[in-house]
Amino acid sequence: MGQSITVTVNGEKKSAEVEPRLLLVHFLREKLRLTGTHIGCDTTHCGACTVLVDGTPVKSCTMLAVQADGQEVTTVEALAAGGTLHPIQAAFKQEHGLQCGFCTPGMMLTSVALLQEKPDPTEDEIRWALSGNICRCTGYMNIVKAVKSAAAQMKTSAAVPEAATAATRS
Amino acid sequence: MAVETPLKGNIGDSIKRKEDDRFIRGKGNYLDDVVLPGMLHMSIHRSPFAHAKIKSINTEAAQAVPGVVAVVTGALLAQHKLAWMPTLSGDTQAVLATDKVRFQGQEVACVIATDPYVARDAAALIEVDYEVLPAVVTPQNALKPGAPLIRDEKEGQTNNHIYHWEAGDKAKTDEAFAKADRVVKLDTFYPRCHPSPLETCGIVADINPATGHATLYMTSQAPHAHRTLFAIVAGLPEQNIRIISPDIGGGFGNKVPIYPGYVVATAASLLIGKPVKWVEDRSENLISTGFARDFHMSGEMALSNDGRMLGLRVKLLSDNGAFFADAQPTKFKAGLFHIVTGSYDVAAAHVEADGAYTNKAPGGVAYRCSFRVTEASYLIERLVENAALEMKMDPADIRLKNFIKPEQFPYMSATGFEYDSGDYPRAMQLALDKLGYRELRKEQAEKRKKGELMGIGVASFTEVVGAGPGKHYDIAGLRMFDSAELRVHPTGKAILKLGVKSQGQGHETTFAQIVTEELGIPAADIEVQEGDTDNTPYGLGTYASRSTPVGGAATAMVSRKLRDKAKKIAAHLLEASEADIEFDHGKFFVRGSPSKSKTIQDVAFAAYTDLPDGLEAGLEGVTYYDPPNMTFPFGTYLVVVDIDRGTGQVKVRRMVAVDDCGVRINPMIVEGQIHGGLTEGFGIAFMELITFDEEGNCLGSNFTDYLLPTSWETPKFEMGETVTPSPHHPIGAKGVGESATVGSPAAFVNAVIDAVGHLGIKNIDMPVTSDKVWEALNKVGAAE
Amino acid sequence: MLPAPFEYHAPKTMEEALGLLDELGEDAKVLAGGQSLIPLLKLRFASPAHLVDINKIEDLDFLEERDGTLRIGPLFRHKSAERSSLLASRYHVMADAAPQIADPIIRNRGTIAGSVVHADPSGDWGTVLLALDAELVLRSKSGSRTVKARDFFSGPFSTSIQATEILSEIRIPAARPQTGGAYLKLERKVGDFATVAVAVHLQMDDGKVGSAGIGLTAVGPQNIKAERAEAALRGARLDDATIKQAAALAAEAAEPRADHRGSIEYKRNVVRVFTERGLKRAYERARGGG
Repeated sequence: MGQSITVTVNGEKKSAEVEPRLLLVHFLREKLRLTGTHIGCDTTHCGACTVLVDGTPVKSCTMLAVQADGQEVTTVEALAAGGTLHPIQAAFKQEHGLQCGFCTPGMMLTSVALLQEKPDPTEDEIRWALSGNICRCTGYMNIVKAVKSAAAQMKTSAAVPEAATAATRS
Repeated sequence: MAVETPLKGNIGDSIKRKEDDRFIRGKGNYLDDVVLPGMLHMSIHRSPFAHAKIKSINTEAAQAVPGVVAVVTGALLAQHKLAWMPTLSGDTQAVLATDKVRFQGQEVACVIATDPYVARDAAALIEVDYEVLPAVVTPQNALKPGAPLIRDEKEGQTNNHIYHWEAGDKAKTDEAFAKADRVVKLDTFYPRCHPSPLETCGIVADINPATGHATLYMTSQAPHAHRTLFAIVAGLPEQNIRIISPDIGGGFGNKVPIYPGYVVATAASLLIGKPVKWVEDRSENLISTGFARDFHMSGEMALSNDGRMLGLRVKLLSDNGAFFADAQPTKFKAGLFHIVTGSYDVAAAHVEADGAYTNKAPGGVAYRCSFRVTEASYLIERLVENAALEMKMDPADIRLKNFIKPEQFPYMSATGFEYDSGDYPRAMQLALDKLGYRELRKEQAEKRKKGELMGIGVASFTEVVGAGPGKHYDIAGLRMFDSAELRVHPTGKAILKLGVKSQGQGHETTFAQIVTEELGIPAADIEVQEGDTDNTPYGLGTYASRSTPVGGAATAMVSRKLRDKAKKIAAHLLEASEADIEFDHGKFFVRGSPSKSKTIQDVAFAAYTDLPDGLEAGLEGVTYYDPPNMTFPFGTYLVVVDIDRGTGQVKVRRMVAVDDCGVRINPMIVEGQIHGGLTEGFGIAFMELITFDEEGNCLGSNFTDYLLPTSWETPKFEMGETVTPSPHHPIGAKGVGESATVGSPAAFVNAVIDAVGHLGIKNIDMPVTSDKVWEALNKVGAAE
Repeated sequence: MLPAPFEYHAPKTMEEALGLLDELGEDAKVLAGGQSLIPLLKLRFASPAHLVDINKIEDLDFLEERDGTLRIGPLFRHKSAERSSLLASRYHVMADAAPQIADPIIRNRGTIAGSVVHADPSGDWGTVLLALDAELVLRSKSGSRTVKARDFFSGPFSTSIQATEILSEIRIPAARPQTGGAYLKLERKVGDFATVAVAVHLQMDDGKVGSAGIGLTAVGPQNIKAERAEAALRGARLDDATIKQAAALAAEAAEPRADHRGSIEYKRNVVRVFTERGLKRAYERARGGG
């Protein structure tokens, strides 16, 4: 039943024998012990399990691990490249964009992809882009603020864009 | 990049949260992240029917699946006297059904396997032969003579009635109504909804077969109370039980009760001798764990011709599901619903409540609410709105006219609450000014001429939070106090251990700040620990907005206790009399000569190295705080909506929220709490609903139908604050976690009614969905 | 919620994929974006023995205008439709619909073709294709056939595609000048299925309607083409009376069921209101506005 796959996760090639039905989120959490990716629902609504697949946000509960064979997956654990916080991480803390922290990894990864595509998003663009990630604690107010503040930070800081791309490229 | 915090962390400082560093790195440790060697996985087989007799259960096929270790049924549990467990309201609840199932989704059997996928495969193979019985899905039907008896196993239970309960003065209220010029009535239903924290509930039960020690990792808002209940339910010696509540991904009341899955996983670990993990999936969470509300309310308000409120009369019918499992103080069968007079000076009030069993999931947890305060606040604020409508008064003016005046505090309410402090007109005025209320009324009048529907909703809530005092309030008999233990180490760093348990509220920061204020140790130097019953003092837990009122007070008191001792040591170091020592922001000095001082750090070091004769070593202490009264946070919320007459869609244009929760310890965190509460209130008002069809099938069993607001539809909030300290709380703070969920639903619904009231529409029950709005408009000929 | 076991195939070519489908028949399901199929597997509403994943096949992710036809490949994803300047400038009904599909993350993976074949009566793309009078190319090992969108849908989650076939291309008549469209969707929140949605596609000719397409979502056992409303518009000037008449006919074409999203009367009314508003918006756009 097992199928061999090789997935580049956070810049490292990971090979494993998996059942075809294994969801990508379980591959990351159970096989690789990357528990920063969370599970909040069964029906592809909450976005807590969002990771980047080849740089694009994907709900990892709605993708099979075998489908990720040969692809690059980025999880929250890779955001702080070399131990330095990614601007989005710093901004989430600075602006109080998290409370229980459960949706936070998915929110941040979706935000990173948004800022790659739109470095200077409007409030509506941010709210639209994040509408596939549910937060039960913050009411989104400070999440929106955090994304705006990260955008400003990434524009002004010369060193920052490098870190940003490293996180999604790795 | 690093986040610098220039602030030391005194009360009033919006320092950044200490707990965030792990969460933003994906290094939180939630229940599902707990993995133990040899751990097995549990999956639950649940009833597809709302009401059915179990004729037989065949587990052979499930047991034959490779990887399955055990299949647990109610019959097996019954051998260990574990088939039933007590609820938090003194009723009993089936752990695994033995005789019949009483709600759809009820736990029937469990599979324990080496892999979660295998456990799920096998659970699907369990065959149960049911004889389907008629389901009772409304409390009205449940109480009709001849209704099918749901709790036939309960001795002496001959119908589906659970309780009758009253508060207030009936005779006095009747008298007020007899004298009234007008009576305004409202029948409304606060529907069943669900806290739905993003993380579902779960347990990893690890019982060491050699020692009998049980380590239970649980998503628990009340780990200490749960330990005691586990000792009682499972018959385990309490010193052998350690409950560890790790990082919790949101609670909102959902993680207050003990669920059957916890008990079965614990029993399975005991029987098998290996750790057993059970984590609910979302559907299980929605169909079986603690729901909220489900209150049918009938309210009457007696008024004078000039709009003075004279009396209030309420009849309640609560739908408690198959087992009475409300999480609330024993004496109060309808929780603290009798706070229903709200912000108003009403001389007479009377509340009558009845509860009924139905074939629905049990629960009655307070979804971000202090024991039914949300229902009460909703009813009074909706009644006031309708009174204004019927008497053609402005909704803000009628409130201003009837508010309890600032000089009336402490105020004894008609139902027996002593309100600690408040300044309602000030909070309302600030909200009106921020919104530009009078201008918007003009705009509304203009729009109305053009046939456009715009509404301005007002709600001025008063909450009651922070239980105890312990003589009045308990959970399952345990008095509602709370605790703090503070250990100041020789180098001046400290550990604070609490009996409450954060689910995202920021305790690690807020409670450190209280110590900072009281002792002058920077918040960065204070580690806050919660959730591990072996390593924290006993407390009742975090729910009903009680952490700051009770745990926060305990923290202030234990800090003061240590400060008193520190003073003695400082006197010794400064060679002065203790009576001459003063303390200011971390420094002890002799009165009149502040330049000669010792810091709290100096004193802490001396506590272990250089003590005066006769004084015990160390700088550590513990306090158990029993509050003298509850706290009464309040505020005014204003909502502006526009309604599409063609589709019934309601668009929230603006929302202003002015909250007064007394002294704000960390204003950033307080605002965050309010944002979240407003959003859940918005969800409840417009979309969150658990309902059932006639056969008792749950509609709303996953996020396809149980709708949670996203960033797109959630309004942007405009915030304001006033500060009226609580006179009895050591630092003047009140609880705030739930205010916004309590107060906001009425503001949203009132905005809709304000938009359509002139057309003759007086009520639309929540959730106020587009179709309901359109139907109401259509009925009065006002739809497009 | 975890899927039941299945075998997984990831063919590298279309021929290989069609060969597998030919061999496995009803036991196999094609996996494209997977945003409907994988949730069904998790809930165990579907338990196929085999999944044939077409994501490893090259050149299936395309959108191009060629020979008077707009062609859409089987792996063209919602997110690409959302970001397409071609659709934004000339195929307004598609550009309107794309950002209203599910939520942004689902759109990153979900495909138009997959959604069409899934044939959820609450699905949006089928309706859009009906309004655009699209054709679907269905390929099997033994050849290919072309089916009109209006002949493709046969009921809830049911179409004329065979288990051995793959929807290899969606063909839409290329938009001519003076074309306008709109997609109006009523949903309870982002990520919800439509309560009601209406697709409108207008081709104006000399100030009169040359051709009109109207599709309806979630108001019947399948996506509906409101043909009588379309006929009423053809050759007419788009004045208020014509718009009202067409909207009334569209509402008549709807066959909604009462459920927790609303009553029959309500849904029919939203069809009428949205058809009116959609026609006005499409007309504006055809004239170069909005």
